[in-house]
Order: sequence, then C-alpha cells, then structure tokens
Amino acid sequence: MSDLFQPLVSLGYSLWDVLATVAVSLLGHERAPYALYAFKTLLLILCIVVPLMLAVAYLTLWERKVIGWMQIRIGPNRTTFFGISWLGGLAQPIADGLKLLVKEIIVPSGANKMLFVVAPIMAIMPALAAWAVVPFDPDMVLANIDASLLYIMAITSMGVYGVIVAGWASNSKYAFLGAMRSAAQIVSYEIAMGFSLVGVLMASQSLNLVDIVHAQSSRFGLFGWYWIPLFPLFLTYLIAGVAETNRAPFDVAEGESEIVAGFHVEYSGMTFAVFFLAEYANMILVSVLCALMFLGGWLSPFPETWGFLGVASFGWLLAKVFLVVSTFLWFRATFPRYRYDQIMRLGWKVFIPVTLVWIVILGAWMQTPLWVWWKA
Amino acid sequence: MTFQTLLFYFLSLVLIAATVGVITSRNPVNAALLLVLAFFTSSGLWILLEAEFLAIVLVLVYVGAVMVLFLFVVMMLDINLARLREGFWHYLPLGAVVGVTLVIEMGLLIISRGVGFGDSMTPPDLPQGYSNTRELGLLLYTEYVYPFEIASVILLVAIVAAIALVLRKRKLSKYVDPAAQIAVKRQDRVRIVTMASEKRESSDTDTPA
Repeated sequence: MSDLFQPLVSLGYSLWDVLATVAVSLLGHERAPYALYAFKTLLLILCIVVPLMLAVAYLTLWERKVIGWMQIRIGPNRTTFFGISWLGGLAQPIADGLKLLVKEIIVPSGANKMLFVVAPIMAIMPALAAWAVVPFDPDMVLANIDASLLYIMAITSMGVYGVIVAGWASNSKYAFLGAMRSAAQIVSYEIAMGFSLVGVLMASQSLNLVDIVHAQSSRFGLFGWYWIPLFPLFLTYLIAGVAETNRAPFDVAEGESEIVAGFHVEYSGMTFAVFFLAEYANMILVSVLCALMFLGGWLSPFPETWGFLGVASFGWLLAKVFLVVSTFLWFRATFPRYRYDQIMRLGWKVFIPVTLVWIVILGAWMQTPLWVWWKA
Repeated sequence: MTFQTLLFYFLSLVLIAATVGVITSRNPVNAALLLVLAFFTSSGLWILLEAEFLAIVLVLVYVGAVMVLFLFVVMMLDINLARLREGFWHYLPLGAVVGVTLVIEMGLLIISRGVGFGDSMTPPDLPQGYSNTRELGLLLYTEYVYPFEIASVILLVAIVAAIALVLRKRKLSKYVDPAAQIAVKRQDRVRIVTMASEKRESSDTDTPA
C-alpha cells in the first residue's frame, strides 16, 4: 500500500517545499510559518469536508436504494453518467444537487428574512465543526485535543438552533410546530446521550477520542471493544443518536402526515439542501462516534495474530460506520413514527434511568477484578 | 501584535457588540440569539486563557440547553412590542440606579485588589501536557468534594420541589400504561366465531336478473 503511494507522497512534499519557498519570499521568515500553518489547516479541513459531502450525497442514494429493496421496489435507477446504462442511478445525487442548486429560494412574506437565511447556516455549522476532532486513524485527526468528547457534545448540542430558528423565522404554523417538537425532543435525548458518553469515559479513563479507541485494543479483537461491558449504553447511544438527528422513527419534527414537512416546510432550493446536508452529515457523525466509542474505531475485529485481517486500519472504521449508517436506514424502512408522548416516555422514563443505573453498576464493576477491559 | 492579541480584541469586540445588542434589540428572539452569540464568544475568550473545560461546558450548558429553553419560551410568547416599550421612561431611573451601583461595585472590587484597569495579571505559562479538564476534575472530586456534592444535592432538591409544586394528576388525561398495552392478547380484543355460511333469505327485489 505505502509503496504504491510513495511517488504521490514525494510529489506532495516537493509541492509543499515550493509553496514554502514562495511564502518565505513573499512574507519573510517572520510571518511565513503562520501563513503556511493556516494554509495547511485549510487543506486538511478540505480533506475532511469534501469526502464528507460526497459521502452525504451517496448516502442519500444508498438510503433510497436500501429502502427501495426493503419495500420491494427498485429505487433510483435511471440517471447515469454519459448514458452508460449499467451506471443507472449512480448520478442521482449529482442530479438532485444540481436541481436544488438552480431552484429559486423563496422567502415567505412576513418571514424574518435575516434569520430565515441564517437558520440553515446554523444547522450545518455544528454538523461540520464537530468533525474537527474526529480521528480516522491514530494519526489522522485534525485537532487531537484532550477534551474532544466534551467538544463534540458541546458542538452537536448547538445543532438544534438551526431547527428552532428556521421554524420561527418561517412565520408558518406548521414550521413552528415542527420546531417546537424538535427542540423538546433534542433537549430530552441529549441527556441520555450525555450519560451514555459518561460510561465511555469512565471505562476508558479519557475524554480523548484517540485514547478511547486505544483503550479498546486487546488480544481478543472485537471482545475488547466497549459494546460488551457498556451494552445498555451502546443501545441508548444508538437510539438517542437516531432521535438527535431527527430521523425516523423519531422524525415528528418533519411529520409529513400531520405538519407537512415541519421546520423546513417553507424552504426551497439550496436553503433546503443545506438542512438536508446537515441532517445527513450529523447521521454520519453519530455513526462514526458510535464506531469509535463502542465498536473499536479503526481496530480490527479479529485478533492481531490473524495476519492481514488483524491489522488495524481506516478501512475497518469505514466498514463499521457503513454498518451503523445502514442500520439507521433499516430503522427508517421498518418502524412507524413514534407518537409524541411515546418519544418523551422513552427518553425520560426509559433511557435516563437505564443509563444512570448502568453508570453505577459500571463504577462498582470497575473496582472488581472482573473488569477485564483495562489497557492502561 | 501577536495573533492571540488580535484574536482577543476581535472576540472582545464581538462580545461587546453582542451584549449591547441583547439589551437594545427590539425583538426578544433576536435578543436571545445575540445572547447565544455572547456566550459563544466568551467561551472563545476562555479558550484563549487555556481554560478549555470551562469554555466547552459554557457552550454545552448555556448555549446547548439553557438558551434553547429560553428561546423556546420567548418564541411561544405573544409579544406586543408597543406594550413592552410603554413603561421605558417610567422605569429608566430605577434601572439606571441599579446599573450604576453595579458598575461602582465592580470598579471598587477591581481597585481594592490592587489591580488597575491597565495592568491586569497575565496568566502564567502552562507546562506542556497540562490539562485543565484533569486539574478541575482532581480538585472537584478530592479537595472540594463535599461542597460539590452539597451543591448538586441542593440543585436536585430544587428540581424535585419545583416539580412537586406544579405536579397535578389531570383527570382528563388519556394516558395508557405501556405495560398494559403490551400485555394485551389477541383474545382480549377479538373473538373469532366459527359458523357455517348462510344463504340469504330469498327475496325478489335484490336477486340479480
């Protein structure tokens, strides 16, 4: 693998050298390092955001295909590149994106114009900013900060503003109802989600996502991951993650059958697309976090002695994320929407007690020799 | 001027503008959103001081939870802007007295500690690998464990008291116990009767021709 990319890597280094010389001659030795550092960070951000947006685009296609198959339909199979028929459907996300890009953005009369435009930005900002601390590999992480788990909790908790502000600024009853439902739901499930993360940080003794994954490595492959000792928290996190991203069966904020499309009913064209991007980026984020915290991240599910199968790599993380995301789609194809009081009951009366009890059990368990997940 | 100083002035400028906006904005929703911006910016200032735990918790608690509920309430209100501004001149003297008192108190505090406005202490350089989160955790759970636990118990009591004060059993509630719902068997709801099919009584009117 590494031999194959060697020419590319050396090309990258020489390009960087050229850039550094140019920067030094333009800005002098004092400021050039700062400019180069800023440029490098920008490049790294692009390296995360561009694949993420592509993943979001093709996740929509995968979702429509999977749900289609589950409901014995075909799903999108017409739009192709250059008329090649066996690529049927693969160009669908591109076509959708183009369509949304050129559609007119309509601002309803009586809407608060400023907030109406700001709302989609407030929705996508946290969905992208959270990726700054997500590790893809022991070394592939934009900002390896100590409190990365806390940072992610703080940033993702801001996602709700996009929804609330959109609902209010639209000056529409349906949008407002959707925003209210969503706000109550997200605030409720955030508590259960936070508690399940408390379990993870207790078990791994760290708030750093890289360390959390390292703490799960063992001789036993997938049996060393936290999904076994933290199983109730794992389930809680997974389901609360579905609720946090407003996905079916927790999509009362959209509720097509009663409030049309909820908070984004008045949005069209690109403003709507940005909400869509935010939702799917959040979905991938929750799946990546699930994989990192409970499913061992980039670690291999097989013992290290199994040759190339036992090697930890980015591919494993990708496979796990794909699995979790597909589970989300499966939920959507299978379950009917929850009633509002059922959502609240599940969040407050089931998940919060379960997580609280399990945190206490975990604390006691970790004091005994029965706790075998130590990898300090 | 280093980049950090520049960042500090930028964040302070945004913070002051946002907080002025909070009290001058006519629309309560805008005011609440500007307050969110103010919290967010001040957490940026804390990050500059390398107090990352406080900064993140400020965003997590105030931006992520408290202000959402604030906004929730403000949006639900039917706000009559004219009526809100009605008593402005009437209440201005009282507000001014309170405000001026606060400013004087803060000024006295700053002067009394021997720290002028110009030369406030610069935070000491922190060693490599210093974790604000870890240090705070150590302090909270060792030295200050009793005050910490007592404060949390007081909060819990406040929550329980608030709920107990407003809790009432609604007689009209149609709540169904989920356990009872799940326990229902088919036999409780449907009775399947087996019987032989019968012929309709022959009548002339509805026999097809």
